[in-house]
Amino acid sequence: MSDFTPNEMMTIAASRALTSSDVCFVGIGAPSAACNVARLTHAPDITLIYESGTIGTAPDVLPLSIGDGELCDTALTTVSVPEMFRYWLQGGRITIGFLGAAQLDKYGNINTTVIGDYHKPKTRLPGGGGAPEIATSSQEVYITMAQSKRGMVEKIDFYTSFGHGDGGDHRKRLGIETKGPTLLITDLAIWKPDPETKEFTVVSMHPGVTREMVQETCGWQVKFADNVEETPPPTELELKTLRDLKARTDAAHKGK
Amino acid sequence: MAHFIPLEQAVRENLKDGDTVAFEGFTHLIPTAAVHEAIRQGFKDLTLVRMTPDLIYDQMVGMGMVKKMIFSYVGNPGVGLLRRVRDSVENGWPREVEIEEHSHAAMANAYEAGAAGLPLAVFRGYRGAGLAEVNPNIKSITCPFTGEKLAAVPAVRPDVTFIHAQKADKKGNVLIEGIIGIQKEAVLAAKRAVVTVEEVVDDFSDAHPNLCILPHWTITAIAVVPGGAHPSYTHGYYVRDNASYLEWDQVAADRDRFRAWMEENVIKAKPEDFAARVEKLRVAK
Repeated sequence: MSDFTPNEMMTIAASRALTSSDVCFVGIGAPSAACNVARLTHAPDITLIYESGTIGTAPDVLPLSIGDGELCDTALTTVSVPEMFRYWLQGGRITIGFLGAAQLDKYGNINTTVIGDYHKPKTRLPGGGGAPEIATSSQEVYITMAQSKRGMVEKIDFYTSFGHGDGGDHRKRLGIETKGPTLLITDLAIWKPDPETKEFTVVSMHPGVTREMVQETCGWQVKFADNVEETPPPTELELKTLRDLKARTDAAHKGK
Repeated sequence: MAHFIPLEQAVRENLKDGDTVAFEGFTHLIPTAAVHEAIRQGFKDLTLVRMTPDLIYDQMVGMGMVKKMIFSYVGNPGVGLLRRVRDSVENGWPREVEIEEHSHAAMANAYEAGAAGLPLAVFRGYRGAGLAEVNPNIKSITCPFTGEKLAAVPAVRPDVTFIHAQKADKKGNVLIEGIIGIQKEAVLAAKRAVVTVEEVVDDFSDAHPNLCILPHWTITAIAVVPGGAHPSYTHGYYVRDNASYLEWDQVAADRDRFRAWMEENVIKAKPEDFAARVEKLRVAK
């Protein structure tokens, strides 16, 4: 096995969580890479949906935006944006909503809106886009992000999209019937919510990662499962697929 | 009834200071040429509506034309933040802009409600979302049949909507294909609609019967502007200029560089300049 970076391990671990029977609403960035690696390796029949209306898309390069022409060219069909959000997302057709995050807390609540106060922000981020309803209308939600103390915090500044709130049955109390975040894949570990408290708990660490490394890059006190497994390293096929995809993408985005 | 006129005239006749205006296009078919014409004509106090206000709204905010923005994603798609919008929100430069922020689902529903002649949009959304606490236009409504509590937002009814499309026929019917986004709803929700197109063809007799077509009597004016969506793209004509989106992140990072870029590429430019900008991006027909 050749060397791999923590980011490559993250993308590949995230890709493994997807199956050919999934209908996946894909967020841009890390989720998009993971979803397409899954499609190009073990899940060839996965349905990838981007919020621009492209259903069943199979891009040869990763889109820079959620609406690149490549997505439409390779899609089974392309619908309007209101149809996408009304019939397909709100209608309950999405099995997995796959999101990234700027700020995340231990209950899977995500902030991509502001750092600081909403009305007087220190940093104005792009905001939610489709995420608030992806988080509540998808049957379940996967989250992927690289670990850092700035990103994984005890308390997020703004609830862009709702995860498990304060934990426990908070979703149910708000009338949200979907499962919410069921998986978090970082560059160091795989996390799942505790069945009762819904707090993200480390269930697997990537090769060479220690508990100290996970804690040092996380802003809350990390809980570990009783039996923490080791994530299998990337296979040659997974790594080659990801690197080829990235190389094609870089070349395309630079207009070469 | 649509009439074909130069872009300069179409913008001058249909946009006014203080208008609520939507320049729509969901990543695809963004009406950049129309926005640049509006910038050259120096409109003030606009309320801008758009789901994804990317570069063109960054430019108008940076030029001080904007009083308020109604939107759902204020980023440079795939690249990052909008630096002129940030400067306005964080530092009030060149002026403060009032913000009404929604989710995509809310905006899509609000446009659709506008097109449908309804006063509000109802949908299952904003549950647990922070926007519901900071935006007074997000309210809830109880379903009279099931008792379910649903989100409600006001319909979007722009004074004028600008879009870019592939082509018009000689009567002024307009065809849109590819990622069709929210353009049909944005046109039908507005009092006036202006469309820029890549080309004019004799008729649409060979088109598929289910294509997205706006009849000529839904459109106020059409201007022919080849390349008018650049650096966005027009499906079937030219591809997205992703390098320009990456470059904008640098241009917009600095006030002086931004002003210089606008002077060179917008103020001193003409609608006809767009054709050359897409020359290397054209796809084989």
